Amino acid sequence: MFEHLDISKMLLGRLSLEAIPFHDPILLVTFIAVALGGLALVGALTYFRLWGYLWREWFTTIDHKKIGIMYIILGIVMLLRGFADAIMMRIQQAVAFGDVAGYLPPHHYDQIFTAHGVIMIFFVAMPLVTGLMNYVVPLQIGARDVAFPFLNNFSFWMTAAGAALVMASLFVGEFARTGWLAYPPLSGIAQSPDVGVDYYIWSLQIAGVGTLLSGINLLVTIVKMRAPGMSMMKMPVFTWTSLCTNALIVAAFPVLTAVLALLSLDRYAGTNFFTADFGGNAMMYVNLIWIWGHPEVYILILPAFGVFSEVVSTFSSKRLFGYASMVYATVVITILSYLVWLHHFFTMGSGASVNSFFGITTMIISIPTGAKIFNWLFTMYRGRIRFDVPMLWTVGFMVTFVIGGMTGVMLAVPPADFSLHNSLFLVAHFHNVIIGGVLFGMMAGINYWFPKAFGFRLDEFWGKCSFWFWLVGFYIAFMPLYVLGLMGVTRRMNHFDDPSLQIWFEIAALGAFLIALGILSFLIQLVVSFKRREQLRDHTGDPWHGRTLEWSTSSPPPPYNFAFTPQVHEGDAWWQMKQRGYERPAGGFQPIHMPANTAAGIVLAGLSAALGFALIWHMWIPAIATFVALVGVAIAHTFNYKRDYYIPAEEVAQIEAERSRLMASHV
Amino acid sequence: MPSSKPLRGLALLSTVLLTSLLAGCNTVLMSPSGYIAMQQRDLIVVSTILMLIIIVPVIILTLVFAWRYRASNVNAKYDPEWHHSTMVELMIWSAPLIIIIALGAITWVSTHKLDPYRPLERISADRELPTNVTPMTVEVVALDWKWLFLYPEQGIATVNELVAPVDRPILFKMTASTVMNSFFIPAMAGQVYAMPGMETKLNAVINRPGVYEGFSANYSGAGFSDMRFKFYGMPAADFANWVEQTRAGQETLTREAYLKLEQPSEAEPVRRYASVADGLYEAILNRCVESNRMCMNDMMAIDAKGGLGTLGTFNLASNESTRIRLGLTDTATRAYVGAMCTPADPTGGIGNANPVL
Repeated sequence: MFEHLDISKMLLGRLSLEAIPFHDPILLVTFIAVALGGLALVGALTYFRLWGYLWREWFTTIDHKKIGIMYIILGIVMLLRGFADAIMMRIQQAVAFGDVAGYLPPHHYDQIFTAHGVIMIFFVAMPLVTGLMNYVVPLQIGARDVAFPFLNNFSFWMTAAGAALVMASLFVGEFARTGWLAYPPLSGIAQSPDVGVDYYIWSLQIAGVGTLLSGINLLVTIVKMRAPGMSMMKMPVFTWTSLCTNALIVAAFPVLTAVLALLSLDRYAGTNFFTADFGGNAMMYVNLIWIWGHPEVYILILPAFGVFSEVVSTFSSKRLFGYASMVYATVVITILSYLVWLHHFFTMGSGASVNSFFGITTMIISIPTGAKIFNWLFTMYRGRIRFDVPMLWTVGFMVTFVIGGMTGVMLAVPPADFSLHNSLFLVAHFHNVIIGGVLFGMMAGINYWFPKAFGFRLDEFWGKCSFWFWLVGFYIAFMPLYVLGLMGVTRRMNHFDDPSLQIWFEIAALGAFLIALGILSFLIQLVVSFKRREQLRDHTGDPWHGRTLEWSTSSPPPPYNFAFTPQVHEGDAWWQMKQRGYERPAGGFQPIHMPANTAAGIVLAGLSAALGFALIWHMWIPAIATFVALVGVAIAHTFNYKRDYYIPAEEVAQIEAERSRLMASHV
Repeated sequence: MPSSKPLRGLALLSTVLLTSLLAGCNTVLMSPSGYIAMQQRDLIVVSTILMLIIIVPVIILTLVFAWRYRASNVNAKYDPEWHHSTMVELMIWSAPLIIIIALGAITWVSTHKLDPYRPLERISADRELPTNVTPMTVEVVALDWKWLFLYPEQGIATVNELVAPVDRPILFKMTASTVMNSFFIPAMAGQVYAMPGMETKLNAVINRPGVYEGFSANYSGAGFSDMRFKFYGMPAADFANWVEQTRAGQETLTREAYLKLEQPSEAEPVRRYASVADGLYEAILNRCVESNRMCMNDMMAIDAKGGLGTLGTFNLASNESTRIRLGLTDTATRAYVGAMCTPADPTGGIGNANPVL
């Protein structure tokens, strides 16, 4: 073995100049644009001397609010990448008919649909959901931070490191060509010998560590750090859905880690867990990945349900209808989400009884989900509904989501699924629930809590533009896919023969362009709102007449969130406090114990990304070096005793007095 | 309220879309030609109608409540503390429950009735299976990236073309050479995965003569989009003619010809083989078409009897040829138990040793 030792190979592995896609004009132009944009950003940050500020105030922060904001920024940036993939696919499918091959050869196209799925789920939906939970949950339960503040920073950077690896695959080497779940044997070393699947594995493994740790963190935070008096049945519904989501994360993500570890062993060590030969069984992978994958769907949608519950009650100026049944519905969905995974592969040849069992459990989930929809409906009943932007998203969601629910139940009938599985009908269905549910929920949440985070509201006009473009664009983009599915068109096709299909793909592409305008409007909304921030300023901390504790503190909240930990007596705690004529205490402040910033998180995550990159390219010496450094930094961090500090009582008094002055001058 | 008008426009738009959808512009799933697919179509329609019972009122109520209780409508009743009503809660849990009980019952029955493994009892809604008719077996192999069909009864084989008589049940036995695919002829019946080293089955029938589309419905790599074939449903006499013509051809699907065919290729033309090597499908299924590989079923049989101990080490083969084909020559050679006994080497390289079987 040792006669083959080649130092340059141990250092560089499979990496060579050929890995950089000079031959592909699309990638080259993208690379140049990204490089120029990146240089401009770095230049601007340097020119305005912002590096120190960013490092001290953001990169090393352990404040759950800033980490939440960073998660959401990551989600939005990755949304742009994921959506660029989407629109490339829609254009390809709209033009590639008959003799026209389109502009994307399979080698490139197959990477794009894989990257689209991976990015949208892991690096858009997950960061947005985690970001909202991170920002809102501690405020809603009257806590000063999460249970493990350093872990929170580390989790964020691990997610960002995973995202960075996916982005690197665009310009160095290539991404997987396997579909977003990388089923073996296609993703095995025999069929996919190049680096694509390795990028997939290591970016998900690294980001998965972040997700799992953040799940544990928020779970402990909700269980242990609620304000006195806030019993479980007095928690805000968003906190409840976050609790269930994080329980799901903690139980489901280790399965993903394990199944990807087995796949890596197949690829790196020559084991045969999922190969076609030597007793390997690819069906095991499909089962395991969906045992993670189905709960993942609920990990994403439950927090969105929580957002809608908060929004519908706030903007209807009314207590949420059926709080208890809402909570039970959430818990029932959480449990049932583990009993349905097989519905993703009824067509794999399980017996009729197994298929019926999983079909029926899937349908049962629609009962609590239906109950939730009715609860929102009856919250609006006899309310005084203000149609601000978050409420628009909510109404749009209620109408859109039930259609997705309907097609979901159709897919749950196994014999019907035999016809609809893997078709564009399926693609339309899950975009119907993920866009109509998760994305609408996140947009509602961002519009709803933005004034809390930044002290000014988002611009109403551009918010409405964004909503209507998204809503109409969604219907125009995905209703044709339902029709195409019924015409027997399967997913992931690179080109088509039948010219009668083309018109539907052209309509779908038009819809995708409308969605692009929706995203553009959202970005404009951010810029316009920032420019008009003085007009949109909110001094009360409670711009929507909110009901839960986060609205009782200032906008943006002070680093310590609450000068005094609130006492909770009933659900909708802040609403009740307002009803009773609550007065903010003006004195008696104590020094507040706070966790201190640390650079360990970003350093560890940076080393993890380097380790992942080295493993992807089989650069064994750098891999060993980064691994040793990783362990070294982790151990060194345990000797860091500067973990906390006190905010002096005088400073708290000063901050609180300033807020009193502002509120008094703007009544 | 500025927002409600577009909301209504949206409702109108979805109605228009839904109607055009049901009107059916060659939606093959809605107007299939095989009995199984027709029953699957009925299930899609029934489950849609059952769900619409809930969905339509919810959508209408959402829009009505949104309009009626808008903040500017001060005439509407406002009851900020109304948050519980046992009657309403009972209704919102039981309404979906009743629908799901109905749908669940339909699911249980139809999943068993339309189980792809279950032999057909009828050939169409109004015709029972005649007692003297047995299913025609077709062995399906998903290759990279084309379909191979073996007709054991007729002793012929085709690539990227499937021909079958109408009104005679067909039993498809499926496997694959390397990766997962899904065998799907929408006009005839729903899909079933074809997987390497495993066999899945589909019982179906085609009732109307015609030419239908068949394809892989599970992404399987670069040539996936062209992994399509035409499925011809023919009257029995025409089918017999076609079989005769095919038998009159020259080509034979030997093991060597199969190993060549198995190599990855895209958009393959139709091919017909007049005859097929004995036991080829079994060999493909058990991954032992090459003469130096032990069949999986033999290996499992040996393992089930406790294995062969050190005797097995006489039969090591290398994966040299596979590594060259995949361009992995710089990786380490791996050895594995190649064969106990093969057509080329009946004693499995052990000479006079007696393999314990």
